[in-house]
Amino acid sequence: MAKPETLIIAGFGLNCEEETAFAFKTAGASEKIIHINDLIENKNILDQYKILVFPGGFSYGDDTGSGKALANRLNNNLNDEIRKFIERDTLILGICNGFQVLVNLGLLPLLDVDIKAQSALEYNGTFRYQCRWIDVMIEKDSPAIFTKGIERMHIPVAHGEGKFYAEDSILNRIESLSLVTMRYMKAGVRAELEFPYNPNGSINDIASICSPNGRIMGMMPHPERGMFFTQRDDWPLLKEIYLRDGSELPVYSDGLKIFNNAVDYFK
Amino acid sequence: MPESNFAKFRVEVFYRKDDPRGSALKNRFIALGYSIDKVYLTDNYLLNIDVEETKIKEAAELLIQPVTQDFKINMPYNPDDFDYCIEIGYLPGVTDNVSNTVRESLEDFFKKKPDKERSVFCTTSYFFKGELNKKTIQSIGVELYNPLIQRIKILSKDEYISENGMGFLIPVVNISESDSVDRIDLNIDEESLMLLGKDGILNSDGTRRGPLALDMLSMNVIKDYFYNEEKRDPTDIELESIAQTWSEHCKHTIFASSIDDVTEGIYKTYIKDATTRIRKEKGYNDFCVSVFTDNSGGIIFDDNYIISDKVETHNSPSALDPFGGAITGIIGVNRDSIGFGLGAKPVANRYGFCFADPDNEAPIYRNKSHDSKLLSPRRIMEGVVSGVNAGGNTSGIPTPQGFIYFDDRFKGKPLVFVGTIGLIPRRVMGESSVVKRAKDGDCIIIAGGRVGRDGIHGATFSSEALSSGSPATAVQIGDPITQKKLSDALIKEARDAGLYNSITDNGAGGLSCSVAEMAKESGGFIVELENVPLKYNGLSTWQIWVSESQERMTLSVPENKKDEFIALMNKRGVEATVIGKFTSSGRGIVRYRGEEIFNLKLDFLHDGLPKRTLFTEEIVSSHESIEFNEPEDYNEVFHDMIARLNICSFEFISTQYDHEVQGNSVIKPIQGKGRVNSNVSVIRPLLDSWKGVVLSQGLYPSYSDIDTYWMAACSIDTAVRNAISAGASIEHLAILDNFCWCDSNNPTRLWQLKKAGKACYDIAVAYGTPFISGKDSMFNDFKGYDKDFNEIKISIPPTLLISSIGVMNDITKSVTIDFKFSNDLIYLIGLTKDETGGSEYNAYMGEKIRDSRFIGSNVPKVEPDLSKKVYKAMETAIDERLVASCISVERGGLAVALAKSSLAGMIGCEINLAEIKSSDILRDDILLFSESQGRFLVSINPENKDKFNSIFSTLPCSCIGSTKNGSSFEITLDGKKIINTDILNIEYHYKKKLRKY
Repeated sequence: MAKPETLIIAGFGLNCEEETAFAFKTAGASEKIIHINDLIENKNILDQYKILVFPGGFSYGDDTGSGKALANRLNNNLNDEIRKFIERDTLILGICNGFQVLVNLGLLPLLDVDIKAQSALEYNGTFRYQCRWIDVMIEKDSPAIFTKGIERMHIPVAHGEGKFYAEDSILNRIESLSLVTMRYMKAGVRAELEFPYNPNGSINDIASICSPNGRIMGMMPHPERGMFFTQRDDWPLLKEIYLRDGSELPVYSDGLKIFNNAVDYFK
Repeated sequence: MPESNFAKFRVEVFYRKDDPRGSALKNRFIALGYSIDKVYLTDNYLLNIDVEETKIKEAAELLIQPVTQDFKINMPYNPDDFDYCIEIGYLPGVTDNVSNTVRESLEDFFKKKPDKERSVFCTTSYFFKGELNKKTIQSIGVELYNPLIQRIKILSKDEYISENGMGFLIPVVNISESDSVDRIDLNIDEESLMLLGKDGILNSDGTRRGPLALDMLSMNVIKDYFYNEEKRDPTDIELESIAQTWSEHCKHTIFASSIDDVTEGIYKTYIKDATTRIRKEKGYNDFCVSVFTDNSGGIIFDDNYIISDKVETHNSPSALDPFGGAITGIIGVNRDSIGFGLGAKPVANRYGFCFADPDNEAPIYRNKSHDSKLLSPRRIMEGVVSGVNAGGNTSGIPTPQGFIYFDDRFKGKPLVFVGTIGLIPRRVMGESSVVKRAKDGDCIIIAGGRVGRDGIHGATFSSEALSSGSPATAVQIGDPITQKKLSDALIKEARDAGLYNSITDNGAGGLSCSVAEMAKESGGFIVELENVPLKYNGLSTWQIWVSESQERMTLSVPENKKDEFIALMNKRGVEATVIGKFTSSGRGIVRYRGEEIFNLKLDFLHDGLPKRTLFTEEIVSSHESIEFNEPEDYNEVFHDMIARLNICSFEFISTQYDHEVQGNSVIKPIQGKGRVNSNVSVIRPLLDSWKGVVLSQGLYPSYSDIDTYWMAACSIDTAVRNAISAGASIEHLAILDNFCWCDSNNPTRLWQLKKAGKACYDIAVAYGTPFISGKDSMFNDFKGYDKDFNEIKISIPPTLLISSIGVMNDITKSVTIDFKFSNDLIYLIGLTKDETGGSEYNAYMGEKIRDSRFIGSNVPKVEPDLSKKVYKAMETAIDERLVASCISVERGGLAVALAKSSLAGMIGCEINLAEIKSSDILRDDILLFSESQGRFLVSINPENKDKFNSIFSTLPCSCIGSTKNGSSFEITLDGKKIINTDILNIEYHYKKKLRKY
């Protein structure tokens, strides 16, 4: 099986590139971390890749709004190349700050041919950075490639600006096209905006959305921080349960499936 | 006013819908007692760029989120409804990260470089609607800004409209220090020489430049050196440089000096020699790699990697500007990782904050004016907490481990401990990664941020008590993104390409210290000072040399790699400049535009500091014998205890510090379903290895009121024991010391220091846990005035923070504090003794009975020989997976440990105190709240009972009860229920105190 070539962007304060690359490698991708400036200097290398990843971090320190300044840099320098990239049969994943970049670039939700920002990720309702584990339900009808076959995930978030917002007309189109891929949940049902289950006050409990063709997805939670069993906040309890059952401890956890789906798409 | 102080364009960005920051601010001010209906904000960009207005309009599009925001150019934003507008911006020369980002975006957009000094400035405007008048809006302003770094403008609505908004004034730096060099005559009378050493070099206008912090002994040695050896007067830059290098902050003079019979000094005798002896005794099992000599200490992680650790304090700057002080502290200590060996990647941060009670609002003043009011404990706490948040989160370094501690003696000077753990391959380019080799002929390169007047006299300043002379230039604000770019370029690329021979951080003393320090490796240096890139013009030469501007590393780069190195840095958006060469001449030389302004023997600079002899004077602390009756209502006492500041939840800090980034989190700061703060963390720095790093801390300032020996001993025992409780091995565990003392010229304080030092040696050697790094801060005193302008002095209690770092082989064996199953057996391991002296319980009872804490005299003592056996047994039990939960018994004693494990697991328990096997008969309150060291509270699967008991068969170990189905929490003695509550009640009390933050 060919390993899909995966490019993980780095630089200017992005900071999750190494563990995200590790997750793709674990899932069977051929991964490479490339600094934005190297990509700008050598734009054609994008043609060699099947998966493009904007990892989490603090690009430009979130100054002037999270993801904004990096989106400007990409817009000013790589606009055509990114258009060409999405026209091919490729995948794009944005995690946390990467999601914020995709939204500001207009690559999500990408309702129209014209690429422009149609939604926003705003300051959390608590107006404070939130690092905590949450549960999300996966929307079955969503066309997203990355979430195929997943029902729910226990996964961490860590952000100051993750409150999804779009005007009603846009939001209605997002919902009617089933572009919401993940929603925050509490005890098996939607969180209905209740903090901390919905950690940021996102409208409609939205944690993740995708493009209409399902090949571009952005998510606030960090799947690379929830790929191993021992990364979970509840693993010490689960361990004790497994031990008393006499069963083996698992190695992986929910987050890995996101990366597996990306790799499987190219099988 | 000259035209250049006004911007050409003012872009105001505002929300088209509700601004989420507005409602957060509104709530904050309502909580503070203001009557506010509405708050709006604008982010303002003052742009001085020579382009058409239409182009600025396109550029402004870059600054907004088009779905939610809009902008106005050269037209003030006018919300429908407001009474007052407050605009806050930075003072000239203060680091402004947003402006830097905007400038970069504009450069990218216009494809030309805007002027670095005067093209972009940012401010924020707050529009308030509510029941406000001139006075209340001013006090709101005071809440929002810090006069040391920011400027404020307040306009009423009428004024705002008539003046057409907030205006175009920009904070351009306008200084013109003379770049000539002054020669300083040292042949002056004793008094003048003393003043020169204390308050600094005299300017022509009669003012002084700020403290050199050199005493007469040093001044005379300097005088002799120049008279006899150089046969000339020193220059100002030489004198400033010597002062930096010899400062308490850099040389740790108190720890180095002979003290009573300890002729080689506390550091050598008690700290370094402990490590030397432990390493020798460990033989082949010695895991130390680099101790005391580098920016961090390093121990073996596995066959291929070293783990490094360093803990710093940033107390004085944090007292003045809590946010700036704390962010500078955390990213400063990150550089101690980046500057360890050839560069270690920061993999975790830790913190520890000591504050006064945030509800303590009585004002104190630095001098006799109302303007000199110190920030309130609440402001200091909020600022420090968010400073570490901004520094750690933005840098992408997880911050899992930390604590907060409260005592009103931290009101004048808070303690801000910040630490960074790093990871580095053991070999780089085939050679040891921890050996640095600046070579004769290598280029001296500085990489990262530019030099401004920030932090001038920081090193000498922190060696003095905080008083009205404290220079505002000591305040800096960190720029984590500049540093992140620098760090990535060095550690992820340049290091492994072998582009440099040596690297170090620019911290205290700036270039004067980093260059001179690295020059020890080659034997000399020549610097051409005009090549140092500046933030703005007008700095004098000595300021360039000693400035502590942040985010800079100094490197030694071979001539033939220089171009490649600089090209790589530039490609990563990092500025790198050759400023001179390392030599082997034995001298340090600085030239400025061809003129030699500094030429000293390196030996004199590094070793010329006269050895001092210190003497101590014993004090017997007033051991008050306290007597109070056993409380009648233990439920009340129990609930009050778990609600105390030093015990309660500080989840608001743990959840705002990203502890999951890098994916390395294993044992987390908040544990169990009930979400309880733990005192130990485990990380997995390499995702493809099962090995983990265990981190913890120990600190007991209140014990110093009785005995600093046991204060230090308990701090070590706690840091070690906490680590063991999560699964560390005492065979692979190192510790770090941070002494924060007070009034250290006072012989009685030195006596306390010596005792603490002795304990460090005794306990570390007994446990075999070597010190690998340390840092001290000796003058944490505040001299000023109280609310009635009476003179006061507030000294912190002598404090020693011990941080522990250990390596564990299998992270899946690590253990958390939460009870996991009902009907598990609960054990108390270790001896419970009558040791409530300095305890949280005594403090509580004193406050309850007479409104001020009791101290007592029975301070907890450490029995290292017994405890070591207990710790090794616990290690075995955890290794055999027999332990379902384990918590180290700390502040607040057994009752608090039980409350935490029970709440964390959301599982009730039933405890019988009569089962505690103790040597003497004790009161119930002492059994519950004694802070005896060396103890763990564990729960185990009943099926493991026999195996568990056999491991502890010869050690103090009592099965004191079991976990219960349901949420009831009961403690009985002789059949009588003395505490009878439930989990929800415990949760309420444990979480209520700091909930509002």
